[in-house]
Amino acid sequence: MFDKGKVLGGLAIFLCLGTFPLWYIAAQGKAAYPPDPVIYPGSEQCVESTEYMSKYHMQLLQQWRDQAVRQGDRVYIASDNKTYDISLTGTCLKCHPNKAEFCDRCHTYNDVSPNCYNCHNIPPQPAEVLGGTK
Amino acid sequence: MNNAVKILYPLAAVTILVLLPLLTLLGPSAEFVFAVIIPCLALAAFFSGFIYRVVRWAQSPVPFNIPSVGGQEKSLPWIKDDKIESPGNNWAVTWRMFLEIFFFRSLFRNSRADLVAGQRLVYGGSRWLWLGGLAFHWSLFIIIFRHLRFFTEPVFPPATWLTNLDSLFQFSLATLFLTDFIILISLTYLFFRRVVSPQVKYISLASDYLALLLILGVVISGVLMRSIFKVDVDAVKRLAISMITFKPAVDSNIGLPFYIHLMLVSTLIAYFPFSKMMHAPGILFSPTRNMKNDSRAVRHINPWNHPVRVHTYEEYEDEFRKPMMAAGIPVEKKQ
Repeated sequence: MFDKGKVLGGLAIFLCLGTFPLWYIAAQGKAAYPPDPVIYPGSEQCVESTEYMSKYHMQLLQQWRDQAVRQGDRVYIASDNKTYDISLTGTCLKCHPNKAEFCDRCHTYNDVSPNCYNCHNIPPQPAEVLGGTK
Repeated sequence: MNNAVKILYPLAAVTILVLLPLLTLLGPSAEFVFAVIIPCLALAAFFSGFIYRVVRWAQSPVPFNIPSVGGQEKSLPWIKDDKIESPGNNWAVTWRMFLEIFFFRSLFRNSRADLVAGQRLVYGGSRWLWLGGLAFHWSLFIIIFRHLRFFTEPVFPPATWLTNLDSLFQFSLATLFLTDFIILISLTYLFFRRVVSPQVKYISLASDYLALLLILGVVISGVLMRSIFKVDVDAVKRLAISMITFKPAVDSNIGLPFYIHLMLVSTLIAYFPFSKMMHAPGILFSPTRNMKNDSRAVRHINPWNHPVRVHTYEEYEDEFRKPMMAAGIPVEKKQ
């Protein structure tokens, strides 16, 4: 092999960069604890099912925003025909007041930065509820 | 291969690849194959094939000193030399290589010749390929770097910074990535360049279209998955992290669009070492780019030269000194 040092050095750099997530995760040692959002006590039932909410809450919130802000219609009829007041502070945050333990856990894990709080106020946070993993 | 077939075959191949993940609807074991086994095989093919080809290249001798230059070589002190166009030392070579890799410098000088009014031959710059290629490669790099958010926990901070920079613009409530737009536009241009221009179409091969269509498939499936046919992004990250920690666990809620994206990506990286995409390491192995133009100062030895027995003048004189001196022929050494 010609230029053995340079070629093997280059390949070593390539392999290090290519397997970067492996040793980064090993060095950080936090991968074994995926996030677990804390449901505030007494608020187990959301406007839709838990599976639906965990997957589609962002679309629902967008629909709510358009309906409330653009059409002035603040009534949401859920799939089980219950009606809810469309309001982030009045409805969502009433049951999920713990932003750091509820919203942020998955958002930080998946590195998504929703811009709800660009306009909305973050209400005073309740004391941390123990439960779930960080 | 005629022109239609060399586009249609790759198109058919990519279509099959898009349809294959429908098998994940069969159940968890099929999902495991598409989520874990195929990507792992693809990664193995990528790394082993990549290293194999690089080692093979490194074993090839370079017989001649053949840097491609466009300027004055370093010679006498009062003749001004061009350090970048005719690099004479390792620093200049490195600098020229850097500009080539990061900014496609030589492609910037691409020119075309046209007959104006059917008579006059006119040369001009032709930089659309440079612009399209640069936009595509940089977007691809930023997009791959953004994907680190799925493979690192806690998320690698530079990936977040780059994501924030890339999502300066917002579309509705969802984030809109500039690079998603740029890569779609540039890839479309790069594809249609090979379809519209008769000359470029003539020299294009099926493999050229396959690479473009595969990457287009990856990009389109990724953009659609993000904005229209949404998948459970949390399940995707959990899958990625579970694979990196060697405890693969597939969440059955991920969604079909993800499997289509993953299948296309797996094919792309498995195909990488066998394809023209190996230009990525190949640029570093191009003798016309990685050699110094110092042939006047240093003799380049051809490594496959057979050792030649030569008879130097000194040896000749040693052999015939006495008869030469006797005949009155001048000699260098009297003894």
